[in-house]
Amino acid sequence: MMLTAPLAAIGRQVLAALALVGQVTLYAVQTISHLFRPPFYGREFLNALVQIGWLSLPVVGMTTLFTGGALALQIYAGGSRFNAEAVVPSIVAIGMVRELGPVLGGLMVAARVASSIAAEIGTMKVTEQIDALVTLSTHPMKYLTLPRVLAATLAVPVLVGVGDVIGIMGGYLVGISRLGFNPAAYLTNTVDFLETFDVVSGLVKGAAFGFIVALMGCYYGMNSGRGAQGVGRATKSAVVAASILILAANYLLTEVFFSA
Amino acid sequence: MIELSNVHKTFGPNRVLRGVNLTIPKATSMVIIGGSGTGKSVALKCVLGLVTPDSGTITLDGQDVTQGDRDAFLARFGMLFQGGALFDSLPVWQNVAFRLLRGSLKRPKDEAREIAVEKLRRVGLKPDVADKFPAELSGGMQKRVGLARAIAAEPEIIFFDEPTTGLDPIMSGVINELIREIVVEMGATAMTITHDMTSVRAIADNVAMLHDGVIKWTGPVADMDASGDPYLDQFIHGRAEGPIEAVR
Repeated sequence: MMLTAPLAAIGRQVLAALALVGQVTLYAVQTISHLFRPPFYGREFLNALVQIGWLSLPVVGMTTLFTGGALALQIYAGGSRFNAEAVVPSIVAIGMVRELGPVLGGLMVAARVASSIAAEIGTMKVTEQIDALVTLSTHPMKYLTLPRVLAATLAVPVLVGVGDVIGIMGGYLVGISRLGFNPAAYLTNTVDFLETFDVVSGLVKGAAFGFIVALMGCYYGMNSGRGAQGVGRATKSAVVAASILILAANYLLTEVFFSA
Repeated sequence: MIELSNVHKTFGPNRVLRGVNLTIPKATSMVIIGGSGTGKSVALKCVLGLVTPDSGTITLDGQDVTQGDRDAFLARFGMLFQGGALFDSLPVWQNVAFRLLRGSLKRPKDEAREIAVEKLRRVGLKPDVADKFPAELSGGMQKRVGLARAIAAEPEIIFFDEPTTGLDPIMSGVINELIREIVVEMGATAMTITHDMTSVRAIADNVAMLHDGVIKWTGPVADMDASGDPYLDQFIHGRAEGPIEAVR
C-alpha cells in the first residue's frame, strides 16, 4: 500500500492531464463546428476584434520595438567577434518575422487577452450570466466563444505583421543612430535578405497563437470554479496554458516550416 | 403542466435531490420553500436543462423536456435569477430586450426598446434607467431589471429564484403583486423559490416544501397553516427547534 501510493498519485495526475487534453480538444472542435451553424453574432465578433486586435496594438508594438533594438545591439556585438557586423539588418529582419514577432506578440496577447477573456467569462459563469444566456435561447459557445476565437485567429496575424514592421524599425533606429549604419543600406539589406515565406510562416504562427489564446481564455472561463478564488484560478490557468501551448506550438510549426 | 417524477441529482458526495415528485398545473403559481442549500435552485435548473438530472423524468405538457427542439422549448420560458444575472456589457434596455434583439423573436430595434422601457415601468423603474449599465444600479434595481427581462417576451412559464431577496419591504410588495398579476393576467405558469413567507402568502396558489432532497409537503397555500406537518410548521414559523436541524 505504502509503495503504491506515490505511483497512484502520479497516475492520478497523468489521467487528469489526459482528461484535460481531451476536454480542450473537444471544446476546440465544438467551437469550430459552430462556425458552420447559424446564427452568427456579428456584433460580438466586431467587438472582440476591437478588444483583441486594436487594443493590443500598443502592447505588441512596444514589445517588438524594444526587442528589435536590443536584437540589433546583440547581433552587432556578437557579429563583431568574427567581423560580421554587416549581418545586423538581415538577422534582425529574419529573427523578427520568423520567431520573435509571432512568439513575443503571442505571449503578450496571451497575457493581455487570455486573462481578460477568462476573467470576464468566469465572472459571467459565477454570477449565473451564462445560465441566463441559455434561458434566453442563446448558445454561450456561439455568443461568447466563437466570436472571440475567430477574432483572435484573424487579428493576431495582423498584430504580428505590424509588430514585425515595428520590430525591424527598432533595429533600424538603433542601427543608424548607435551602430553607424547607412540608413539606405540598412533598408536595402533588410529587404534583400527577407523572403516571402519568412513573413508568411510568422503570420501563420500568429493565427495559431491567436486561436490558442482565445480558446484557453474561453475554456478556463467557462469551467471557472465558484467565487473570486475560482475566477482567479481560471484566469491564472488560462494565461499559463496559453503561454505554454504557444511555445510548444511554435516549436512544432518551426519544425514543420523549416526543418530540412 | 410541469411534472417532475423521481428526479435525482448528485454533486460529488452531495446528494442534493433524492427523488423529487412535483406537479405544477398550468396557469398556477407554485412556490417552493425550504432551507438554504436544500436543492431548490437545482430542481428549477433541472427543468430548464441547465442541470442534467442523474435519473428521473421531467415533462412539460406531457413531453419530456430533454426531447424536441430546445430553442422552441426555451422560448416558452422566462427566468429571474437570484442575483439578477444581468449582462454587464450591455445597457439596461438591451438586457431587458435581449430576446427581442436576436433569434426567432427578433424585432426592430426601436420597437424592442419601447417594449423594454414599458417592462421597466411595470417593475417600477423610470425610463432614464434604460441607458444605464447594470453596474450603475443598486442590487434591488438590478433585480427588478432581471424581472423585466424575464417577462419581456411574455413567456408562458416564468421561474423566479428568490425574487424578493435583497429588496426593501415596499419593493418586495410591488414585486409580489407583479408576480401575482403576471399569473392572473397573462395566464402564465409560475414557479418561485423563496424563503420569504410574506411572499409565499402573496403569490402562491400551491406550496411545496423541499427538505432532504424530497418534497416533504405540498398543497394549496390555504392548507399550509393547518398541515400538521412538523417540517412545514417549523419552517413557516421560523422556529430554531424542530425536526429540521439548525446546523446543516
